[in-house]
Amino acid sequence: MLFIRKNFTKIITTILMAVLSIFFLIPFIWMLSSAFKFEKDVMRFPIEWIPKSINVVYNFKAVWMGKVPFIHIYMNSIKVAIIVTFVTLLVSTMAAYSFTKLKFRGRNIVFTALLAFMIIPDQATLIPRFMLIRWLGLYDTHVALILMSMFSIYFTFLLRQFMVGISDEFIEAAKIDGAGHLRTFFSVIVPLCRPVLATVAIIKFIWSWNDYQNPLIFLQTKELYTIPLGMTLFRDDYTTNDAIMMMASLSAIIPLLIVFVVLQKQVINGIALGGVKG
Amino acid sequence: MEAAKPSYPTEKLQNPRKFWTPKRKEALVGWLFLAPEIVGMLLLNVFALGFSLYLSFTSWNLLSGMSGIKFAGLENYIHMFQDPTIMKALKNNLLYTVLTVPVPIAIALVLAVIIHNKVFFKDYFKVVFFIPYISSIIAVAAVWSALFHPSLGPINQFLMDIGISNPPKWLVDPKTSLIAIAIISAWAGLGYTIIIYLAGLTNISSELYEAAEIDGATGLTKFFKITVPLLRSTTFFLLITMLIGSFKVFDIISYLTEGGPDNSSTVIVFRIYEEGFVNYNMGYASAISWLLFAIIGIITAATWKMRREDS
Repeated sequence: MLFIRKNFTKIITTILMAVLSIFFLIPFIWMLSSAFKFEKDVMRFPIEWIPKSINVVYNFKAVWMGKVPFIHIYMNSIKVAIIVTFVTLLVSTMAAYSFTKLKFRGRNIVFTALLAFMIIPDQATLIPRFMLIRWLGLYDTHVALILMSMFSIYFTFLLRQFMVGISDEFIEAAKIDGAGHLRTFFSVIVPLCRPVLATVAIIKFIWSWNDYQNPLIFLQTKELYTIPLGMTLFRDDYTTNDAIMMMASLSAIIPLLIVFVVLQKQVINGIALGGVKG
Repeated sequence: MEAAKPSYPTEKLQNPRKFWTPKRKEALVGWLFLAPEIVGMLLLNVFALGFSLYLSFTSWNLLSGMSGIKFAGLENYIHMFQDPTIMKALKNNLLYTVLTVPVPIAIALVLAVIIHNKVFFKDYFKVVFFIPYISSIIAVAAVWSALFHPSLGPINQFLMDIGISNPPKWLVDPKTSLIAIAIISAWAGLGYTIIIYLAGLTNISSELYEAAEIDGATGLTKFFKITVPLLRSTTFFLLITMLIGSFKVFDIISYLTEGGPDNSSTVIVFRIYEEGFVNYNMGYASAISWLLFAIIGIITAATWKMRREDS
């Protein structure tokens, strides 16, 4: 009783916030329940939150074994997101190492210039990039997607902020032990950065998984699509079957939800990292 | 009389083994480590931006090949400012900005303060509000497009149930299409704003609040006299990123309405996409690209200036 009296307002706010938070969950709950339903029951009102008759096997088959090459699309997303994440981390970490631990003339000017480039919006350079990709013969390949998203000043900046905090003594010690720069980088710096690298990797993976614009512009073959673009194939083929659409949406976000639920601390901290420093 | 030899450079050049002094070696390694990022940035951003400036003064249809590039002077730009769809896109972008920047920032600030110290199960709320941001916007848009279905959708059925006989037709009505899209975007993005504010709130020392309490300050006074001013740099960061983001909106519009109905939800980036990649008018699309770049440049410059005058 004492607990309730002491925390009365806090309990009330928690309840009010819980009600509000339902607004953020309802579309997902509706999606989940619709993915299990027959087409005719999806739009029935009042909403049957727990479906009375279940058609989940049919919906599942329609998404995963139907006209849309969804397994291919899924694999493409996994492949592209993993490669993009790995390459971005490598490029950004190398640049951040150079900016913080290697001393040479012009370093600061280059860093300032790179930060200034951040103002150039991706979409303002789409047309020349499209021409470049065609000229390189990479149109309609996954390499094009990887090239378009592997350079990230944002991540270089985040990693640099972290590396500033790594004492130079670690590098001196490696030098005395006779390690070259590559060796120092891979066996001293990269392990020390592991926590921030994990965070950045998760965020990059999620962004790459959700990228819609690059596949839209650089891909043509359906079999090469990644998931967000693949969703348009369902929309075009199953425009009236909302149950199948919801099963497709569910399938598209399940890996993200799993990653997020397991690693929410890293994801949230990673996003917050960018904001506080700004 | 013999001149004194300048000792340091010649000595090094005469002895090639000594050329790679540790200092030079470090500089070389430094540049090599930077090389991928620099080359990528120069090629995909700086050079690309310059090339798009050049293209914006030409009339060129992709299908006519490189030889089809013809210099057109200011034609694209003159056309752009007379093009009703571009003017419509600009207007829509402005409306979208108004709907998706100030209101969500204010709501997120209040929610963040509540989550920060006025509720139990803090982590639960952090996660729930954040789920839409982390989920694919396209999958989320697919869900909302069903929810917003004009006659059968649960939203309108609910509205009719509570006595609104003519609920809005949302995505399919020119009057409401952009508003519906803005609602979905604001809903999906709110978690991000809350998280950034929560990060800012942890930096405010609790002693300030305790001191204010001793002075008899109420909750509202504390909010407006301590929280809001001390979060100013966070708000600034959010404002600038969200303003820029709102002028770059594309995915959700492309998926949900393709700018329609009747151009009611078209935006600048969607115009770039349509002119460039649907109609292949690369010259004109480049001119629109530069319009976008100019707008974002102006926003950045203006907000920086505001901040400088502020502090």
